[in-house]
Amino acid sequence: MLEKELRSMIGQVKDGRMDRRAFVKRLAAVGFTAPLANQLLALGGVAMAQSPAVYKPTKRGGGGPLKVLWWQGPTLLNPHFATGTKDQDGSRLFYEPLASWDADGNLNPILAAEIPSLANGGLAADAKSVVWKIKPGVKWHDGKPLTADDFVFTWQYASDPATAAVSISTYGDITVEKVSDLSIRILFKTPTPFWANAFVGAYGCVLPKHLFAEYKGSKSREAPNNLTPVGTGPYKFVEFKPGDVVRGELNPDYHMPNRPHFDTIEMKGGGDAVSAARAVIQTGEFDFAWNMQVEDDVLLRLEKGGKGKTVYATGGDIEFIAINFTDPNVEIDGERSSIKTKHPILSDPNVRKALALLVDRDSVKKAIYGRAGRTTANYLNGPEKFVSKNTSWEFNIEKASKMLDDAGWKVGADGVREKDGKKFKLLYQTSTNGPRQKTQAIVKQACQKAGIDVELKSVVASVFFSSDVANPDTYPKFYADIEEFQIPMTQPDPALHMRRYISANVATKENKWQGQNFPRYVNKEYDDAIAAAETETDPVKRAALYIKCNDLLWQDTVFIPVMHRLLVDACSNTLRPALSGWANRTDNIQDWYREA
Amino acid sequence: MSQYVLRRLLIAVPSLLAISLVLFVVLALAPGDPFSELATNPNVPPEVQAALRAKFGLDDPIYLRYLHWLNAMLHGDWGFSFVSRMNVDTLILQRLPATLYVIGSAQILALLIAIPVGVYAATKPYSLFDQIANTLAFVGFSLPTFFTGILFILIFSVTLDWLPFVYTTDIKATGIRWVLEMIRQAIMPVAVLGLFQAASMTRFVRSAMLDVIRLDYVTTARAKGLGQTTVIIKHVMRNAMIPVVTLIALQMPAVFGGAIVTEQIFRIPGIGSLLISSILSNDTPVVMAVTFVFACLVVLFNLIADVLYGWLDPRISLR
Repeated sequence: MLEKELRSMIGQVKDGRMDRRAFVKRLAAVGFTAPLANQLLALGGVAMAQSPAVYKPTKRGGGGPLKVLWWQGPTLLNPHFATGTKDQDGSRLFYEPLASWDADGNLNPILAAEIPSLANGGLAADAKSVVWKIKPGVKWHDGKPLTADDFVFTWQYASDPATAAVSISTYGDITVEKVSDLSIRILFKTPTPFWANAFVGAYGCVLPKHLFAEYKGSKSREAPNNLTPVGTGPYKFVEFKPGDVVRGELNPDYHMPNRPHFDTIEMKGGGDAVSAARAVIQTGEFDFAWNMQVEDDVLLRLEKGGKGKTVYATGGDIEFIAINFTDPNVEIDGERSSIKTKHPILSDPNVRKALALLVDRDSVKKAIYGRAGRTTANYLNGPEKFVSKNTSWEFNIEKASKMLDDAGWKVGADGVREKDGKKFKLLYQTSTNGPRQKTQAIVKQACQKAGIDVELKSVVASVFFSSDVANPDTYPKFYADIEEFQIPMTQPDPALHMRRYISANVATKENKWQGQNFPRYVNKEYDDAIAAAETETDPVKRAALYIKCNDLLWQDTVFIPVMHRLLVDACSNTLRPALSGWANRTDNIQDWYREA
Repeated sequence: MSQYVLRRLLIAVPSLLAISLVLFVVLALAPGDPFSELATNPNVPPEVQAALRAKFGLDDPIYLRYLHWLNAMLHGDWGFSFVSRMNVDTLILQRLPATLYVIGSAQILALLIAIPVGVYAATKPYSLFDQIANTLAFVGFSLPTFFTGILFILIFSVTLDWLPFVYTTDIKATGIRWVLEMIRQAIMPVAVLGLFQAASMTRFVRSAMLDVIRLDYVTTARAKGLGQTTVIIKHVMRNAMIPVVTLIALQMPAVFGGAIVTEQIFRIPGIGSLLISSILSNDTPVVMAVTFVFACLVVLFNLIADVLYGWLDPRISLR
């Protein structure tokens, strides 16, 4: 009797008719503890805490319109051409991947019947292949069934260089084969511990083969469906005006029960962040606004007695000051900051450590980032299992001064330190941006007190972040002593994030400054740890290796982390968005609902 | 007359060519490319970015790119947006109605205010009405549209909650309700643009009227026993309007410029906001096309002004 009831209840949780919490509560009533209840669910085929988002609506539709504001509107709706997150966000309303990332960085199945694991045979022991099972009965918006062929086609489409898809980096090095109508196998060339890249998240969206088959390769831009998406998602396409508006309506055949909650969706673009915050928080014209890059003071003021609030999602985006290990003022073979040189001041590890002591992260947080930032000593800040507990930071001008004294840099007559007749002068560059320039000012002030002369420079973002080989002011050229910007972490795995700083990736004239190791950091130990981590299949050992890499970056003071930045959005008081710092805003759009 | 128009059109061709050349070179020399957003994304290797640059022909020399562009333009091909991956003309045509609606209404509003107020103020110079009109006009053109726009939003949307400040192109209503909604959401942007225009125009109409009103032929007309209204409308206004027409025509490009800011503030999906978003994303073909459209408008409105002169003042011969 009990077993039968249990099984039916597990079944209900499985297809979403009962939420996890209700299940645990019911069992608690008959004397089961919560962990045991969770175990039961796991045994019953519901993965552990897959979706922390509680979904309350009990029927499909009826939620009225959902109006969201993206102050940079989507400009195209093919997820494989989406250069920016705005385009990925727009495409994701209609197209879906096999799985998305939830708030904790765990996989949440969307089109997959289950998440591959060693236990269910989805993952190969050698980490060279993964088998995904596709959920049966999923239909494209035009009524055609979704099959393995669509996935194989999407791989062929994206990996063809002539298609010019931006997702080629995800699909270029893998092979996808059909196992059966409802399962595919992804083969990797080398053991790949992080297997959840292809068909997961923004670039993971699958395209319908029957509509795109003729437009693979160089004809890709002629596909009519580039602008009129036909996907499997919770909303069906209605209208698209690039940069202005994307509209969708409820998909009555959606494959998840009780979803979506809203009858229509409208994503409006344009304007600026502050007025977007106003439209959500003050006037309530919109339900949700994306990416509130606004000072916390302004947001706090808007929130007083408003119709909405700000919401935060934690990812791994890190704002940092990078230190140049090479000399930006000496030219060798027509190249400044050449790897053949050594920085005259900053190559001394104690000087770098002293510099790190001069960054007052608390003041930066208080004055600039507020609730949208966390102070940190680490370069790698998530997911939790990869975060080092061995590091620390402090702000201490006296200690820094003493270290500099010990290193031979004595305060001169003009208050600036010097050694062997050389002045301690640094050029500190960043992209033109309010918060960054304020941070510069805070750091400069502390440096002055410690006898360091800092010259500030800010470069227009379109130049600073461009790949223009002819321009001397780009961040990879690094013709400065220190520079500040942010590197986003686009997936809940540190592999790509940490790989940048191996010696082989040093930015040089030879590789047209496309090497991603812009501080020109060279450390054999670091290279070895990365190489080991990239083939390590034991998740615990792998995490330990990445923590070691983070600690090396900290010991050697390659970066001075300024702020671990959170994602900030504005949201109406009644809307319950499912957000994750590891995914795009709309990656779990099917789970959004409005509290009555 | 038609010969004159034809000749003016022919003169316009080399000037447009020169404009396009300058625009193209400036844009080509400007830093950044549409794929810079990929630069900090660790998922995308730099080779992908390089391949995309090559595919869109960004690595060709400037003169070659200009000739390609010119050739395509002559064939009616406005180019292909790097960012939206669609044709630029579709993109612009999609945006044009909103801009024309807002700018047209603003211009009509400006004329409806400026002409009566300016004329009336000129007939009674230094009266109380004239003083008030003058003061308001000064206030009006001293305040930039981005300031009045935000002020209007704060007053009418945030505090009073009367008007929406996010413009929507497709209002879900039909018939009279659709019209009312369209008007309601356009009130603020049209008022912001229209009042700014009206302010400087009022001053201009007033001084143009004052110049004419003192002339002898006006006195003659009065001496003939014609009524005040007839004198003002038939005799004074027609002559006074000649400089005003020039002003309006020459101000049209400035109106489009002002509309860029206003469109951005109120999220009106017009060509102004298209221009801004394209500049921000370094979408050169779109920037090129939009600025070129603006250039064409300037040339066109100058021509219209010249033709209107002939109609207003037959003494000006068009040869």
